[in-house]
Amino acid sequence: MKSFRGFIIKEFYHIFRDKRTMLILFGMPVIQLVLFGFAIRNEITDAKISIVDHSNDYITLEIKQKLLSSGYFLLQDDIDKDSDIEAVFRKGVVKEVIVFEQEFAQRLLRDGSAHIQIIADASDPNTANMLIGYTSSIIQDYQKSLKNQSSFLPQILPEVKLLYNPELKSVFMFVPGLIALLLMLVSALMTSITITREKELGTMEILLVSPLKPFQIIVGKVIPYLFLSFVNTATVLLLARLVFGVPFNGSYGLFFFEALLFVITALSLGIMISTISKTQQTAMMIALAGLMLPVIILSGFIFPVSSMPWPLQVFSNIVPAKWFLIIVKGIMLKGIGIEYLWKETMILAGMSLIFVSVSIKKFKIRLQ
Amino acid sequence: MPAIVVKNLTKKYGGVIAVNALTFSVEKGELFGFIGPDGAGKTSLFRILTTLLLPDAGEASVNNLDVVKDYKKLRTQLGYMPGRFSLYQDLSVEENLKFFASVFGTTIEENYDLIKDIYVQIEPFKKRRAGQLSGGMKQKLALSCALIHKPEILFLDEPTTGVDAVSRKEFWEMLKRLQQKGITVVVSTPYMDEASLCGRIALIQNGKILGIDTPNNIVKTFDKPLLAVKARNTHALIEALRKYPHMHSLYPFGEFLHYTDKRVQFSNDEIHDYLTTEMIQQIEMKPIEPNIEDCFMALMEKQDHE
Repeated sequence: MKSFRGFIIKEFYHIFRDKRTMLILFGMPVIQLVLFGFAIRNEITDAKISIVDHSNDYITLEIKQKLLSSGYFLLQDDIDKDSDIEAVFRKGVVKEVIVFEQEFAQRLLRDGSAHIQIIADASDPNTANMLIGYTSSIIQDYQKSLKNQSSFLPQILPEVKLLYNPELKSVFMFVPGLIALLLMLVSALMTSITITREKELGTMEILLVSPLKPFQIIVGKVIPYLFLSFVNTATVLLLARLVFGVPFNGSYGLFFFEALLFVITALSLGIMISTISKTQQTAMMIALAGLMLPVIILSGFIFPVSSMPWPLQVFSNIVPAKWFLIIVKGIMLKGIGIEYLWKETMILAGMSLIFVSVSIKKFKIRLQ
Repeated sequence: MPAIVVKNLTKKYGGVIAVNALTFSVEKGELFGFIGPDGAGKTSLFRILTTLLLPDAGEASVNNLDVVKDYKKLRTQLGYMPGRFSLYQDLSVEENLKFFASVFGTTIEENYDLIKDIYVQIEPFKKRRAGQLSGGMKQKLALSCALIHKPEILFLDEPTTGVDAVSRKEFWEMLKRLQQKGITVVVSTPYMDEASLCGRIALIQNGKILGIDTPNNIVKTFDKPLLAVKARNTHALIEALRKYPHMHSLYPFGEFLHYTDKRVQFSNDEIHDYLTTEMIQQIEMKPIEPNIEDCFMALMEKQDHE
C-alpha cells in the first residue's frame, strides 16, 4: 500500500512539472469551451428561404410575416408552382422552402387542422435540422396565439417538436459534447501517453523488475488523471453555467457519478491503447484517430446520429461517448433521473469492465 | 550454492541469435563481469536473468529461483540497473530515491548504510532534477536506486558507458565495496580494461562465451609471444606486416600494433630486417605482456576458425 502511495505521488510530480501536460489539462478546457461557445456557434441568421403559398389568405400572410421578421430567414424567391421547388434548390442559394396548402385558413379554423410542408436542403444536415427547428417553433408560437382567438385549438401540421432547447442555442448542445470530448481527451490520451512514456524512457524496465503488480502500476497511473478529470468536468460545467447560462435541470450527484463512470471507461481505453503502442507518438496517434474523431463525429456531438447512414449508426453504438452524451443531455437539459438512464449507464459500465479486464490481461509483465 | 545457474540459454530476435546456447554459473558473492563489444548479447542476457525477457530455449535460475516461473519472487530479491539511464528526469535526486524506496516497500533511512558511500557524493545535489545531473552522477543515483531495497544480487548493464575516467574508477570501487558486503554483483561492460577489476569474467561475442575464468587465467591462455611494433608511418607498417608470410595476427592498439608470429621459434631481428627491406623507418619493437583485449581477439579468431 505504501509503495502504491509513492507511485501516485510520483505521477502527480510528472503532471505538475510538465508544462505541456498542464496546458493540455487546464488550458484546453477553457479554450475549447470558448471556441465552441462563441466562435463555432451554428445558429443561423438570414437563411434564404422560398415560400409557395397556394392559399394566400390572412393566416398564411401572418405566418409569413412572423417567419420573415424573426431574423432567421430572408425571402429569396416567391414561387407559385410546386414544380419549381426543385429548381430553386438546385441553385443552392435557398436552404428551405415552405409550402402552404390550399384554403389554409379555412381548413385551420373550420376543420381544426391544416398542413404546412417544410422542405429543407439536407445536403447540409445540420443547417437543415436547425432551419426546420426554427420554422416549426415559429409556427407553433403562432398557433398558440390562435388559441387565444378561438374557442378550440386549431392545429397546423406537421408538428415538429422542439423540446429542451427552445431557443436553439448551439452552446447548450455543445456543452454536453464538450464535456465528453474533454474527459475522453484527458483520460484516454493522457494515460496512454504517460504509460508509453515509461516504456520509451526505459523506466518501465525498472518498474517491471520491482514488486509492483501490474494492476498497481495501472491504477497508480490512472488515479491522478481520474482526479484531474473531475476538476476539469467541474470547471467546464461552471464556465458553461456562468458564461453561457446553460441550464442544469437534473441532479449534480447523478451527473458526477455518470461522469466518473465515463472517465473510467475512457481511462481503461487509454490503458488499452498504451498496451499496444510502444512510443508516445503512436499512442497519441491512436488516441487521436481512434478516440477523438469518433467522439466528435459519431457520438452525436456535432452531427445527429439519426441522420447518419445505417452502418455508421450501428457503429456509433460502440462509441462510449454516444451513451454518455445521451446521459448528460438527459440530466442537464431534460432533468431526468437514473430511472430513464439506467440502460445507458449499464452499457457504459459494461464497456469499462471489458476494457479494464482486457488491459490488465494484456499488460505485459515483461519486455518484448 | 551458485547465485546464477544458466543452461543452454538461447534468445532469438527473428533470425538473429542474440544469446546462443549459453551455459555458465556464477557463485554467491562474486564480482562477475561480462566483457564484450556492443551487440554481443549482454543486454539480452541481463534482461533474461532479471525476468524481463523470456528465453526461447534453455533455462536459467537466479538465487535458486527460475527466471520464468518464479519471476514474482525473484523480482523482490534482485537489483537491476539498465544500460540506459532509467530514472525519472523530472524528479529530483531525492524524489527518485524516495520513489524507488517506496516501490520496494522500504525507506531511505532503513537501508541508508548500504547506499551511504555512494549517496553522500550526490547528496549535495539532492534537490536537483535527475535530468540535470552529469553522467557520473546519474550513474551514482541509478546505483543508489537499484540498491535501496537491499538486493541479494545486483545486475548492472554497462554502468560505466559514457562516464568519465575518474567516475568510472570511483564506480568500480563502489562495486568492490558492495561485493565485500556480501552482494553478488554481475556487471557488463564493453571496456576491456575494466576486466581486471572483476573477480571472474566471461568474454562474450555474438551471443557466445569465448572464455570464462579469472582475468589472470584468461591472460595465461594467450600462448604466443606478443610484440608491440611502432614506426613513423603506421599505415605502411600495417601493409608490410600483412604481407609478411609468418604473420599470425595483427591488431592496432593506440600508436602500437600488436603482432604475433606463426612460428614457435623466431627472433625479433628477423622481423626488424624484413621491415627495413620494406623501407619502414624508425622501427620500434618490444615484447609485451598480453592484456584482456589481446586474449579477446585471439579467442575470437580461434572461434572463427572452428
